[in-house]
Amino acid sequence: MTLEFSPEARQRAETIIRRYPPQYKKAAVIPLLHLAQEEWGYISAEAMAYVATLIEAPPVKVAEVATFYPMFNKEPIGKYEIQVCHTLPCALTGCGRIVKHLCEKLNIQVGQTTPDRRFTLKKVECLAACDRGPVMLVNKTLYTNLTLEQVDDILNGLE
Amino acid sequence: MDASRCILTREMETIPNLTDIDIYIQHGGYQTVEKALKMMKPEEVVKAVTDSGLKGRGGAGFPTGRKWSLLANRFPRYLCCNADESEPASFKDRKLLEGNPHRVIEGMILTSYANGINLGYIYIRGEFFQIIEQMDRAFAQAYERGYLGKNILGTGFDLDLYTHPGAGAYICGEETGLIESLEGNRPYPRLKPPYFPAAIGLWQAPTIVNNVETMADVALVVEHGADWFKGFGTEDSTGSRLFGLCGHVKKPGLYELESTITLRSLIYDVGGGVRGDKKLKAVIPGGISAPVLTPDELDVTMEFGEMAKAGTMGGTGGVVVMDETVCMVDALLNISMFARHESCGQCTPCREGMPWINDMLRRIEQGHGRQEDIDLLLDVCFNIEGRTVCVFGQAPGVWPTRSFIVKYLPEFQAHIEQHKCVVLPVEESYLRKENVEMLGVGVFRAKNS
Repeated sequence: MTLEFSPEARQRAETIIRRYPPQYKKAAVIPLLHLAQEEWGYISAEAMAYVATLIEAPPVKVAEVATFYPMFNKEPIGKYEIQVCHTLPCALTGCGRIVKHLCEKLNIQVGQTTPDRRFTLKKVECLAACDRGPVMLVNKTLYTNLTLEQVDDILNGLE
Repeated sequence: MDASRCILTREMETIPNLTDIDIYIQHGGYQTVEKALKMMKPEEVVKAVTDSGLKGRGGAGFPTGRKWSLLANRFPRYLCCNADESEPASFKDRKLLEGNPHRVIEGMILTSYANGINLGYIYIRGEFFQIIEQMDRAFAQAYERGYLGKNILGTGFDLDLYTHPGAGAYICGEETGLIESLEGNRPYPRLKPPYFPAAIGLWQAPTIVNNVETMADVALVVEHGADWFKGFGTEDSTGSRLFGLCGHVKKPGLYELESTITLRSLIYDVGGGVRGDKKLKAVIPGGISAPVLTPDELDVTMEFGEMAKAGTMGGTGGVVVMDETVCMVDALLNISMFARHESCGQCTPCREGMPWINDMLRRIEQGHGRQEDIDLLLDVCFNIEGRTVCVFGQAPGVWPTRSFIVKYLPEFQAHIEQHKCVVLPVEESYLRKENVEMLGVGVFRAKNS
């Protein structure tokens, strides 16, 4: 096992772990997995094992959690993760055409990554911005009231 | 809407940069905490909340004071504020946290003080990246000013509050699922009894789990008193509530109103009516788990009790409006996709039942349905309801399915008999095939505007 957090991430990890009573370090598993995903882009088996050492739990406990939650990527994704909400309120306001447009523009299907590894397209359940649908998340930024033109502008605005 | 009766949202809508603690304090913020910690006994805070008649805003509408009274008499105790807002059509907690995080923190401090709690977390959906960052900042500011930490305002009361992110699972909104998730396990809800985490909760200790809006209301109750709070709303539903309007409505958005408003008035007077002046077809009144209502059933007030009498539920107050162009089979297919995806997999009836419901609905939607499928769907519903550890088996799964079928039966039958959608011809349906296959969801024939 060679994975290890950068000194900066290591410091953040310690801050996170201190939020929980010392005998319940395991509670830090989700925030630490988020941190690991920020560091390495996805959660590998090595990353799970590393997080396990931080919270003093067996690796399988971390794997149990990491494999349950949809937000943790088990394999590498593109530089920009595009997640379009497809739950009822957004579907009613036309998320279908947004997804179709993205598929055509990026020339990939939902769940795939572009060959240049810049974009990964995903569907996501309700993002709790139903009054402003259709909505999508690009990495950490939420875009609302989307039109096809806006989607183009957003994609063009990314490096 | 009378702005002076918007007790929760007025400040965040009129005061810029309210998320900054200095601005918040300038406008009287944290005075309630100071007043309560210095001049009130914890029991007095509990009494105020109990007397106010405040009901939990997370969906179930359980009286907050009673929830607190069930705390087992042992320590330590913990607080979890539930900000895992993932019920489709609900976006009130997001707006509150975005607009007025310190009000929520005040509510958390007061709740902790009232219940002898020294450590608490706010469990925020992982997808709310910006909100988690903002909340971390807000907590840091509150620590700096001495409203959190050791010996708060010299009163000897210690309290630590932190954010805890989720990672995209709907089930974490169930209070025992949330606790399991916080402990670092898979969020499988716990077997009941004990019915309340107040008996055995986080790390086996007595725990309060309250919704974000409830926390903000607690701050209001303590600030102004129970009688003032009861001056809003009705006897059954005191205070104001946040209602979210979305779907085919002219003015979607979050509205703070009293529960005396009828659903019809909410849609037509507040929301401006149906988009494009089309005919109204269906309304889901309290988050997509709530049983659907037809246009004839809208003259009901938004009170929890009245909603229950109408055969649906007030839930989270998220209202979805659907116009005549929506195929109800399609809409239910979308909801069932959500239920299928979000079933945590702990209980067999829900884990297996949701995919079956979803598959059968897809079959009907695509014109391959069989006559007996409708009975089979209801049979699956019957076999899920009450046979799972938590209520989520029936909430996004059974209740919508049953109510859609019962109230829009002819549409389901027509799909089966005519082997196609009868609401809109296929050529007009927007990207029907591609999307159904690609996303596994329907309703894509709904047009923008």
